[in-house]
Amino acid sequence: MNLNIIKPNKDNLYMYLSLGIILLSFSLVDIFSNNFLNFNITGFLPSLISYLSPLILGTFGLHFIRIEYSGNKTLDTINKNLNSSNVNAILSLIVIFILIKYVPSLLNWVFFDANFLGSTKEDCTGDGACWVFVRVWFNRFMYGMYPDAEQWRINISFLVLLFSIGSIFILPDRFKKYIILFLLFIFPVIALNLISGGIFGLKWIETGAWGGLSLTFIVSAFALIFCFPIGVFLALGRRSDLPAIRYSSIGFIELWRGVPLITVLFMSAVMFPMFLPDGTYMDKLMRVIIAITLFEAAYMAEVVRGGLQALPRGQYDAAKSLGMGYWRMHFLIIMPQALKLVIPGIANTFLALVKDTPLIFVVGLLELAGMIGLAKTNPKWLGMATEGYVFAALVFWIICFSMSRYSQNLEKKLSTER
Amino acid sequence: MSNIIELKNVNKWFDKFQVLKEINLEVKLKEKIVVCGPSGSGKSTLIRCINRLEEHQEGSIVIDGTEISENTKNIENIRAEVGMVFQQFNLFPHLSILDNCSLAPIWVKKLTKKQAEKLAIENLQRVQIEDQALKFPGQLSGGQQQRAAIARALCMEPKIMLFDEPTSALDPEMIKEVLDVMTDLAKDGMTMIVVTHEMGFAKEVADNMIFMDEGRIVEKAKTNDFFENPKSERTKLFLSQIL
Repeated sequence: MNLNIIKPNKDNLYMYLSLGIILLSFSLVDIFSNNFLNFNITGFLPSLISYLSPLILGTFGLHFIRIEYSGNKTLDTINKNLNSSNVNAILSLIVIFILIKYVPSLLNWVFFDANFLGSTKEDCTGDGACWVFVRVWFNRFMYGMYPDAEQWRINISFLVLLFSIGSIFILPDRFKKYIILFLLFIFPVIALNLISGGIFGLKWIETGAWGGLSLTFIVSAFALIFCFPIGVFLALGRRSDLPAIRYSSIGFIELWRGVPLITVLFMSAVMFPMFLPDGTYMDKLMRVIIAITLFEAAYMAEVVRGGLQALPRGQYDAAKSLGMGYWRMHFLIIMPQALKLVIPGIANTFLALVKDTPLIFVVGLLELAGMIGLAKTNPKWLGMATEGYVFAALVFWIICFSMSRYSQNLEKKLSTER
Repeated sequence: MSNIIELKNVNKWFDKFQVLKEINLEVKLKEKIVVCGPSGSGKSTLIRCINRLEEHQEGSIVIDGTEISENTKNIENIRAEVGMVFQQFNLFPHLSILDNCSLAPIWVKKLTKKQAEKLAIENLQRVQIEDQALKFPGQLSGGQQQRAAIARALCMEPKIMLFDEPTSALDPEMIKEVLDVMTDLAKDGMTMIVVTHEMGFAKEVADNMIFMDEGRIVEKAKTNDFFENPKSERTKLFLSQIL
């Protein structure tokens, strides 16, 4: 029998395989006992070697397990993906060790040691997370200071929104444009009136009371709807042949891109009212939405311009030679192609916008993250910041991830190159 | 017969470089003209000036009685009467072939969708690719794409067709199918200006030949005279190289 540890060969396949599995098991047992039993099997070795022993043993084990073209399909697939060279074997081991070390304690904190039931901080007796905090404050996290009795108005608005978005996917194409028109032009008016009230006997609820996740949605939705067309027109303006339009577009874009959002929000809240004529008043929330819209529109304009510049000149020539004027050329030929090219960039801007909404706390509006910030300072609930922000992170992640998936689907659906 | 296209003393510069020098050209209705010449001689620029994809700086260009200049109000109306086919096809990749053909009739000529699609199918039949109508440009071969582009231009029912090296971007075996379509079109009596190096096509179809070099029309002659006894030395040299 000829054992060569540098270059294993196929003749002794099972010999190497069993040796490798034994070594790998040693390494895993070592890591387990270190982490969960507080017992260091290799404690008799010098401390550095003892510390690295799982890695060393595992690397040798994987080296023996890896026999090129062993002929066993499953084994070959595993080797190809996790164990294709010694460097990759080490990287795989490190990842596995990290998972073994941290995933159980994370799961413990989130689920097994966590407290879900109860109504006060004192009910949280375990070592894990205190989800009671999120449960008790859930209503505030969703609706802010909106009065409990009137919350059905927000619920109905969002149900209508979800229902109409859902019906876009279900109903046949010829109804689609009516639903989209409804969503863009009629729904915002209805929702705004329903939520703010003051008509049809609905109680007036000032925007200062709005808050929580519903405010996140309101601010994002309005900013998304309006920043997109403004951005498109700014992008066209920046490429216009007319100097007045071109330079004012460039000026607008560079001004808004050059200023941090947080200062824009401060200005909208503090300085803007000073410029208004006496007696006129503009709602704080309205000012904030306009500020975010214009800010994101400047970014959107540059994203769209990237798409416009990627189109070959022949497309313009062809559209012109068919007798199309500026607007027809742009809205029938150029924009559909340019926007399709920059869907990833548009999605990027939209995600950034949604995640920028917590900044409206600087003018005293508290959306989801802001409400959590307020709740954690409540004397009865001190020390709950982690739970609150983990919850906020989860909610934002769900929103952003679904938007990102939607944009990927859209890209696939609109692709005409096959 | 009156002239449908008249160019008088047309000069054009790209910055300081003069691409067109003192161009005079008259084209009668139903006349077929083939423009040839070495690359960089201004052939493409010349026909791009005729539907004002390029602006000329001096001289006058009159299309069907309307002078085109920067003061022309409805340049779109003139372009709608002048069809153009490009070297790179320039089909709209986001639209099916049928939509490529019916889009401009619907939005520029204000036909109904039904009328426009009927017109599109007729013209696709004319170039023999009606079976590809629902595919996207990316799914077609180069020859099919160029024929679709010809059909798209024909859907505007133009009085004049301009061809800017329509076969230069094609594989050799696809050139013939495009030239056949153009020959048919010529036989149907379309007014055509064709920039091409396909001399076989020129001999068969053209009424007049134009040879351009360095931005000038060096020679304009009846097709037979042009090939059999060219007058200028430059033309002789060019013809000896490409024939």
